[in-house]
Amino acid sequence: MLAYAIRRFLLALLTIWAISVLAFAIIQLPPGDYVTAYIAQLASSGVDVTPEFAENLRQQYGLDSPVWVQYLKWMEQISRGNFGRSLEWRAPVLDMIGDRLWLTMAVSLSAVLFTWALALPIGIYSAVRQYSIADYIFTFIGFIGLAVPSFLLALILMYVGFRYFGANIGGLFSPEYQLADWSPGKVWDLIKHLPLPAIILGMAGAAQLIRIMRANLLDELRKPYVITARAKGMSEFRLILKYPVRAALNPFVSTLGYLFPFIISGSIIVALVLSLPTIGPLLLRALVSQDMFLAGTIVLFLGIMTVIGTFISDILLMWIDPRIRFERRE
Amino acid sequence: MANREINGEGQPPVLTVNNLKTHFFTDEGTVKAVDGASFSAPAGKTVGIVGESGCGKSVTALSILRIVQKPGRIVDGEIILRRADDAEPVDLAKLDAEGGAIRAIRGGEIALVFQEPMTSFSPHYTIGNQIVETIRLHQDVGKAEARNRTIELLRMVGIPRPERRIDEYPFELSGGLRQRVMIAMALSCNPKILIADEPTTALDVTTQAQILDLLREIQARTQMSVIIITHDMGVIAEMADDVIVMYLGRVVESGPVDEIFHRAKHPYTQALLRSIPSIFAAPRSKLPTIAGSIPHPHNRPAGCPFHPRCAERMMGKCDVHIPRLRPVSRRQMASCFLYHEPDEAPIT
Repeated sequence: MLAYAIRRFLLALLTIWAISVLAFAIIQLPPGDYVTAYIAQLASSGVDVTPEFAENLRQQYGLDSPVWVQYLKWMEQISRGNFGRSLEWRAPVLDMIGDRLWLTMAVSLSAVLFTWALALPIGIYSAVRQYSIADYIFTFIGFIGLAVPSFLLALILMYVGFRYFGANIGGLFSPEYQLADWSPGKVWDLIKHLPLPAIILGMAGAAQLIRIMRANLLDELRKPYVITARAKGMSEFRLILKYPVRAALNPFVSTLGYLFPFIISGSIIVALVLSLPTIGPLLLRALVSQDMFLAGTIVLFLGIMTVIGTFISDILLMWIDPRIRFERRE
Repeated sequence: MANREINGEGQPPVLTVNNLKTHFFTDEGTVKAVDGASFSAPAGKTVGIVGESGCGKSVTALSILRIVQKPGRIVDGEIILRRADDAEPVDLAKLDAEGGAIRAIRGGEIALVFQEPMTSFSPHYTIGNQIVETIRLHQDVGKAEARNRTIELLRMVGIPRPERRIDEYPFELSGGLRQRVMIAMALSCNPKILIADEPTTALDVTTQAQILDLLREIQARTQMSVIIITHDMGVIAEMADDVIVMYLGRVVESGPVDEIFHRAKHPYTQALLRSIPSIFAAPRSKLPTIAGSIPHPHNRPAGCPFHPRCAERMMGKCDVHIPRLRPVSRRQMASCFLYHEPDEAPIT
């Protein structure tokens, strides 16, 4: 089992390296480079730029060397914790991402928790009481949840909140904490603001997971080992949780890895609507304004998060399903 | 009861099934999987239930434990379990299927061994976990004690190195070992009745013989009643004291194993016996089969359910009236108009 975990870990490192190459390729894709953009900026603000100055700049940033040398330099800087500077914001990329990364994780995590807390019990109920009235109601609500775009839901909730409760429910902080330093008060403020984006972001995922859980569990409920357990005299509640639900959890866990990047990239519009200070809107702007280092770094981070998520789900899967444990051992 | 006469040698039967009807209410119509089955299981003996696929053998077993799955339901009949000598007998058919009373009986007083040792265990837990759970469901013992008992049970059913095997997962065991574990689990709470539903069907012939030996040996030691369900006349011949022949959810013949094999009365039983392959048959001769096939469950024939395939059918009688299970000799019963006249009015 340990050997398997180590092998997965090494593979994860390899994947992260491949992602870094890809991310670099992506930031190289737009025509021109940092200096072109910089000079254009200077020129537009009326500063006259000589070709020598541009050449100097290129040398300074290493842009005159071959692509692979540039890649190595980028990597070297990253290994020292320097992710470059944002063109547009004229600030180190890390400062730009910093807080946003943690806030994004907080929002994503609470969205995932909401998704699971809603989807697991409802999915189980719908399967166990298949074709009951409640099952039909959940199915109906579930399909609506799937069909309504999240940003629309966000707009509706914001409208309702503002119109009937007089609350401004955008953002993650109350105005007084917006620019304040971190303090217990600010954390509490964040926690109070988290549920709404979590619900909005988690709704579509929850609707989907309810369907998956229901289908999985229906399959498992027909397996002979369920009848065996029933013939032992177990209570139905304990039996279902111990045997078929555990088996039905497999697909849940194996999709854990994609969940984070999905929520981040899928939530850009919602984040804009709710003015959430998360990474999504930042990535969108960076891409629009060709802010290469910022965009590249965010892409790199998203990739790394996917890899870490997949790694965790692999390990969890091994823990949940002994068959996987033994397959890998051989 | 007529049943009691047949099986009774002094003691009343442990389990008596009377006119059991288990129907499945599907969108396409009602499937009468069990439709008026009656039989009884005497104490300390083995009853074999035999019949083709789809004759209601397994549903009968599930009905006794009240674990028939939806849309199936027991619609009529009684399942009387006689408990300790002075206690009141219970009618299992009347109990709440999810209630505590029936759950104490399931796995405790009546245990079930399934056909598929491959899929009858959950692959997510060790066999030890699954047996210990059964013990602790029915008996007030601690984890360590239950574990020791599990090891003893595994040893008893012939599992080598049980103290190591107990921590293995079902998929690490061979089919034969798994069926032994299944039997160990069924025996874990000293049941009065063991129902074995095709216990050897999924196993190879050598393993089959071993498992049957094991079952017989355990029965001799524990004096429990065994109900063995099979389509294999060989298994019946080897195991059963009494035989019940089922066709389309009804008992068509019942009696001691010798009578059934040597003096079968019902044409269906006779046909079943004729279609056993024999090593004495002439080489390359065709194995006799029963003409036709089992009717689709939605189109049960009127009258005797076997009459469309029966060589001795009497038109005007067999296709109109339903025969009843009646004594045909001192210890044998058959439901066939060759041996008794129909009741006055046609019953549908």
